[in-house]
Amino acid sequence: MEVLYFAWVRERIGLPRETVETGAATVADLVEELRAREDRYAAAFADLSALRVALDQDLSDFEAPLAGVREVAFFPPMTGG
Amino acid sequence: MRIAVQTAAFDLGEEANAFAADLDGAGAIVTFTGVVRDLPGGGLQAMEIEHYPGMTEKAIREITTQAATRWALGDVLVIHRHGRLALGEPIMMVATAAAHRKDAFEAAEYLMDYLKSRAPFWKREITSEGADWVAAKDADEDALERW
Repeated sequence: MEVLYFAWVRERIGLPRETVETGAATVADLVEELRAREDRYAAAFADLSALRVALDQDLSDFEAPLAGVREVAFFPPMTGG
Repeated sequence: MRIAVQTAAFDLGEEANAFAADLDGAGAIVTFTGVVRDLPGGGLQAMEIEHYPGMTEKAIREITTQAATRWALGDVLVIHRHGRLALGEPIMMVATAAAHRKDAFEAAEYLMDYLKSRAPFWKREITSEGADWVAAKDADEDALERW
Protein backbone atom coordinates (compact mmCIF):
# COMPACT_ATOMS: atom_id res chain seq x y z
CA MET A 1 0.00 0.00 0.00
CA GLU A 2 0.97 3.63 -0.38
CA VAL A 3 1.87 5.40 2.85
CA LEU A 4 1.92 9.22 2.84
CA TYR A 5 3.33 11.63 5.39
CA PHE A 6 2.56 15.32 5.80
CA ALA A 7 3.92 18.35 7.69
CA TRP A 8 6.30 17.48 10.55
CA VAL A 9 5.63 13.76 10.16
CA ARG A 10 7.03 14.03 6.62
CA GLU A 11 10.00 16.02 7.91
CA ARG A 12 10.83 13.56 10.70
CA ILE A 13 10.61 10.54 8.46
CA GLY A 14 12.37 12.34 5.64
CA LEU A 15 10.11 11.44 2.75
CA PRO A 16 6.61 12.34 1.54
CA ARG A 17 5.42 8.87 0.51
CA GLU A 18 6.54 5.29 0.09
CA THR A 19 5.18 1.92 -0.91
CA VAL A 20 5.01 -0.44 2.05
CA GLU A 21 4.54 -4.20 1.84
CA THR A 22 2.67 -5.16 4.97
CA GLY A 23 0.32 -7.73 6.39
CA ALA A 24 -0.73 -5.39 9.21
CA ALA A 25 -4.36 -5.93 10.19
CA THR A 26 -4.95 -2.46 11.63
CA VAL A 27 -3.43 1.03 11.46
CA ALA A 28 -1.94 0.46 14.93
CA ASP A 29 -0.23 -2.72 13.66
CA LEU A 30 1.20 -0.80 10.71
CA VAL A 31 2.48 1.90 13.07
CA GLU A 32 4.22 -0.80 15.15
CA GLU A 33 5.92 -2.16 12.02
CA LEU A 34 7.07 1.30 10.96
CA ARG A 35 8.31 2.18 14.47
CA ALA A 36 10.47 -0.92 14.52
CA ARG A 37 12.19 0.05 11.27
CA GLU A 38 14.40 2.99 12.25
CA ASP A 39 14.73 5.75 14.83
CA ARG A 40 13.25 8.38 12.53
CA TYR A 41 10.01 6.38 12.31
CA ALA A 42 10.01 5.79 16.06
CA ALA A 43 10.43 9.56 16.54
CA ALA A 44 7.60 10.40 14.16
CA PHE A 45 5.23 7.91 15.79
CA ALA A 46 6.32 8.52 19.40
CA ASP A 47 3.01 10.11 20.43
CA LEU A 48 -0.05 8.87 18.58
CA SER A 49 -2.29 11.39 20.33
CA ALA A 50 -0.46 14.06 18.27
CA LEU A 51 -1.23 12.25 15.01
CA ARG A 52 -4.19 11.75 12.74
CA VAL A 53 -4.65 9.07 10.09
CA ALA A 54 -6.61 8.98 6.85
CA LEU A 55 -7.50 5.77 4.98
CA ASP A 56 -8.11 6.25 1.26
CA GLN A 57 -8.46 9.98 1.92
CA ASP A 58 -11.08 9.69 4.69
CA LEU A 59 -10.21 10.59 8.26
CA SER A 60 -10.07 7.40 10.34
CA ASP A 61 -8.50 6.11 13.57
CA PHE A 62 -5.68 3.86 14.72
CA GLU A 63 -7.90 0.87 15.49
CA ALA A 64 -9.33 0.79 11.96
CA PRO A 65 -8.74 -2.33 9.85
CA LEU A 66 -6.51 -2.05 6.77
CA ALA A 67 -8.19 -4.71 4.64
CA GLY A 68 -8.78 -3.31 1.16
CA VAL A 69 -7.10 0.03 1.94
CA ARG A 70 -4.78 1.36 -0.78
CA GLU A 71 -3.60 4.64 0.72
CA VAL A 72 -2.74 5.45 4.33
CA ALA A 73 -1.74 8.97 5.35
CA PHE A 74 -0.27 10.14 8.66
CA PHE A 75 -0.24 13.79 9.68
CA PRO A 76 -0.61 16.17 12.63
CA PRO A 77 -3.99 17.76 13.45
CA MET A 78 -5.02 19.98 10.57
CA THR A 79 -4.65 23.76 10.62
CA GLY A 80 -6.71 24.99 7.70
CA GLY A 81 -8.88 28.08 7.44
CA MET B 1 -21.20 25.40 -5.48
CA ARG B 2 -17.60 26.20 -6.37
CA ILE B 3 -14.50 24.85 -4.61
CA ALA B 4 -11.03 26.04 -5.57
CA VAL B 5 -7.77 24.80 -4.05
CA GLN B 6 -5.01 26.88 -5.56
CA THR B 7 -1.63 28.54 -5.10
CA ALA B 8 -2.67 31.71 -6.92
CA ALA B 9 -3.79 34.79 -5.04
CA PHE B 10 -7.41 35.83 -5.43
CA ASP B 11 -9.20 39.16 -5.33
CA LEU B 12 -11.82 39.19 -2.59
CA GLY B 13 -13.88 41.89 -4.30
CA GLU B 14 -13.89 40.17 -7.68
CA GLU B 15 -14.77 36.82 -6.15
CA ALA B 16 -17.57 38.31 -4.04
CA ASN B 17 -18.99 40.19 -7.03
CA ALA B 18 -18.88 37.13 -9.28
CA PHE B 19 -20.55 35.06 -6.57
CA ALA B 20 -23.28 37.69 -6.07
CA ALA B 21 -23.88 38.10 -9.80
CA ASP B 22 -24.85 34.47 -10.25
CA LEU B 23 -27.54 34.21 -7.60
CA ASP B 24 -31.25 33.88 -7.86
CA GLY B 25 -33.54 34.60 -4.92
CA ALA B 26 -30.84 35.23 -2.34
CA GLY B 27 -31.47 38.03 0.14
CA ALA B 28 -28.25 37.57 2.07
CA ILE B 29 -24.62 36.98 1.20
CA VAL B 30 -21.97 36.38 3.86
CA THR B 31 -18.26 36.29 3.05
CA PHE B 32 -15.34 35.47 5.30
CA THR B 33 -11.68 35.88 4.38
CA GLY B 34 -8.69 34.56 6.31
CA VAL B 35 -5.52 36.66 5.97
CA VAL B 36 -1.87 35.97 6.83
CA ARG B 37 -1.24 37.93 10.04
CA ASP B 38 2.00 38.75 11.80
CA LEU B 39 3.18 36.97 14.96
CA PRO B 40 2.40 38.71 18.28
CA GLY B 41 5.96 40.09 18.50
CA GLY B 42 6.30 40.63 14.73
CA GLY B 43 8.89 38.97 12.51
CA LEU B 44 6.76 36.75 10.27
CA GLN B 45 8.40 36.55 6.84
CA ALA B 46 5.93 34.24 5.16
CA MET B 47 3.43 31.48 5.73
CA GLU B 48 3.72 28.13 3.97
CA ILE B 49 0.69 25.92 3.61
CA GLU B 50 0.97 22.24 2.79
CA HIS B 51 -2.03 20.15 1.82
CA TYR B 52 -3.04 16.64 0.82
CA PRO B 53 -4.00 16.80 -2.88
CA GLY B 54 -7.10 14.70 -3.50
CA MET B 55 -8.21 14.48 0.11
CA THR B 56 -8.35 18.27 0.38
CA GLU B 57 -10.90 18.63 -2.40
CA LYS B 58 -12.87 15.61 -1.14
CA ALA B 59 -12.99 16.93 2.44
CA ILE B 60 -14.08 20.41 1.35
CA ARG B 61 -16.75 18.93 -0.91
CA GLU B 62 -18.11 16.86 2.00
CA ILE B 63 -18.10 19.88 4.34
CA THR B 64 -19.92 22.11 1.85
CA THR B 65 -22.43 19.35 1.06
CA GLN B 66 -23.14 19.00 4.78
CA ALA B 67 -23.65 22.76 5.06
CA ALA B 68 -26.03 22.70 2.10
CA THR B 69 -28.15 19.99 3.73
CA ARG B 70 -28.31 21.79 7.09
CA TRP B 71 -29.13 25.28 5.84
CA ALA B 72 -31.19 26.55 2.94
CA LEU B 73 -28.38 27.92 0.79
CA GLY B 74 -28.61 29.39 -2.67
CA ASP B 75 -24.90 28.87 -3.30
CA VAL B 76 -21.56 28.25 -1.59
CA LEU B 77 -18.02 29.24 -2.55
CA VAL B 78 -14.82 28.00 -0.92
CA ILE B 79 -11.36 29.11 -2.05
CA HIS B 80 -8.32 27.87 -0.12
CA ARG B 81 -4.72 28.56 -1.08
CA HIS B 82 -1.58 26.54 -0.44
CA GLY B 83 2.11 27.21 -1.03
CA ARG B 84 4.05 30.25 0.16
CA LEU B 85 2.03 33.32 1.18
CA ALA B 86 3.28 36.77 2.22
CA LEU B 87 2.08 38.79 5.20
CA GLY B 88 -1.32 40.35 4.52
CA GLU B 89 -2.22 38.02 1.66
CA PRO B 90 -5.59 36.27 1.67
CA ILE B 91 -5.32 32.59 2.64
CA MET B 92 -8.88 31.50 1.98
CA MET B 93 -12.45 32.67 1.70
CA VAL B 94 -15.94 31.30 2.02
CA ALA B 95 -19.10 32.85 0.68
CA THR B 96 -22.62 31.69 1.43
CA ALA B 97 -25.87 32.90 -0.06
CA ALA B 98 -29.32 32.34 1.39
CA ALA B 99 -32.75 33.89 1.42
CA HIS B 100 -32.15 35.15 4.96
CA ARG B 101 -29.00 36.20 6.83
CA LYS B 102 -29.26 33.65 9.66
CA ASP B 103 -28.75 30.72 7.30
CA ALA B 104 -25.92 32.53 5.49
CA PHE B 105 -24.08 33.47 8.72
CA GLU B 106 -24.48 30.09 10.39
CA ALA B 107 -23.44 28.15 7.30
CA ALA B 108 -20.34 30.35 6.91
CA GLU B 109 -19.37 29.72 10.54
CA TYR B 110 -19.95 26.02 10.15
CA LEU B 111 -17.78 25.96 7.03
CA MET B 112 -15.00 27.85 8.80
CA ASP B 113 -15.07 25.61 11.87
CA TYR B 114 -14.85 22.48 9.74
CA LEU B 115 -12.31 23.81 7.25
CA LYS B 116 -10.03 24.64 10.16
CA SER B 117 -9.96 21.14 11.68
CA ARG B 118 -11.15 18.75 8.95
CA ALA B 119 -9.63 19.98 5.71
CA PRO B 120 -6.07 18.62 5.36
CA PHE B 121 -4.00 21.80 5.38
CA TRP B 122 -0.98 22.46 7.59
CA LYS B 123 0.37 25.96 8.16
CA ARG B 124 3.99 26.79 8.84
CA GLU B 125 5.24 30.19 9.98
CA ILE B 126 8.55 31.31 8.51
CA THR B 127 10.71 33.76 10.50
CA SER B 128 14.42 34.69 10.44
CA GLU B 129 14.83 32.05 13.19
CA GLY B 130 13.47 29.23 11.02
CA ALA B 131 10.12 27.60 10.38
CA ASP B 132 7.51 26.43 12.90
CA TRP B 133 4.46 24.31 12.21
CA VAL B 134 1.34 25.96 13.60
CA ALA B 135 -0.16 23.75 16.31
CA ALA B 136 -3.89 23.02 16.21
CA LYS B 137 -5.77 24.51 19.17
CA ASP B 138 -8.07 22.50 21.42
CA ALA B 139 -10.58 25.32 20.97
CA ASP B 140 -10.71 24.59 17.23
CA GLU B 141 -11.65 20.99 17.89
CA ASP B 142 -14.13 22.03 20.60
CA ALA B 143 -15.76 24.44 18.14
CA LEU B 144 -17.08 21.45 16.16
CA GLU B 145 -19.13 20.22 19.10
CA ARG B 146 -21.65 23.03 18.87
CA TRP B 147 -22.76 21.75 15.47
